[in-house]
Amino acid sequence: MAERLRADLVLEYPFTRTTGPVIGAFLTGLREGVILGIRRHDGTVLCPPTEYDPESSEPLTELVEVGPGGELVSWTWVDPPRSQSPWDQPHGLGLIRLDGADTPMVHGLLVSGPSELSVGMRVTARWRAEREGHIADLEGFVPEGADQ
Amino acid sequence: MSADPSIPPAALSGEVRLPEKLADVEPVRSVRTPIRLEYDFIPGDASSGYLNAFADRKILGQRSPVDGAVFVPPRGVDPRHGAATPDYVELPDTGHVGGFCVTRLPIPGRDDLEIPYVSAWIHLDGADIGFLGLVAGIDTSEVRMGMRVRAVWKPDDELGRTAENILYWAPTGEPDIPVTAAGTNAWHAKQAAAGEQG
Repeated sequence: MAERLRADLVLEYPFTRTTGPVIGAFLTGLREGVILGIRRHDGTVLCPPTEYDPESSEPLTELVEVGPGGELVSWTWVDPPRSQSPWDQPHGLGLIRLDGADTPMVHGLLVSGPSELSVGMRVTARWRAEREGHIADLEGFVPEGADQ
Repeated sequence: MSADPSIPPAALSGEVRLPEKLADVEPVRSVRTPIRLEYDFIPGDASSGYLNAFADRKILGQRSPVDGAVFVPPRGVDPRHGAATPDYVELPDTGHVGGFCVTRLPIPGRDDLEIPYVSAWIHLDGADIGFLGLVAGIDTSEVRMGMRVRAVWKPDDELGRTAENILYWAPTGEPDIPVTAAGTNAWHAKQAAAGEQG
């Protein structure tokens, strides 16, 4: 019996996608240091924005500024981050409902340990200095007041 | 109330309203979304037999116990019937081009491929399905369905247990297989004939 074969394989695609007007606007906002949600016909705001109302399928077009502060709705702790994570240090992943939005978005929570996180706490965006129109333009969220 | 799905949504026409402060900035229109998956490949018995044989410059297929169809690479099963295919068949390193594609744009991560290059379904003599290979040793404009080819192997001292032992497939110069009998056409003709007999 020959020895068992084994190979390290990598599957990789360097996709670039066109964004459409709504996701494009969201990413444009990130590049400019502004977080955008989109208003539904009942007046509530989705963030991140979608092109369609998730319940009625109606097209949505009115982008509004939300955040940069918000409330932590739920979180988990990641330690250690995986090799391809955008973060190289242990960090939280949270659902953050930004001020002015009615739905929460997922992003990183940049604190030194899970004891610093609690549901309902106030957090705010931390931006990268160099921004290009990508979700990673937001480095993550930190407890409100931490960056002052 | 649901939107009429037959009416193009306004969002597709780009008529979105932005906050004042973003009115005059250049909009983002595309975004990088690369994906990458790293994994360990551990072949099963059929693939192991296939790869081990490559070290001896042999190409192995497996024969269906149902109708004798020969599959290469072997997968241990006839997928049409769910029948195990324990019997290996040694195949020659000659066959024909069953179908091909000329690629004129570089593929990220494949700097080893000089464009333009030809990837093709190689139908080995005695096999009932094709497998993928590169066709070289001929101008890309000369490659055609039904063209007879032979494997060009790495030197013996560079052979490993890998299909990469075959550098490419080169034309033999023999007369072409008629297109009606080439590639999957042969398979469909054979299946149709079997159906009439059955």
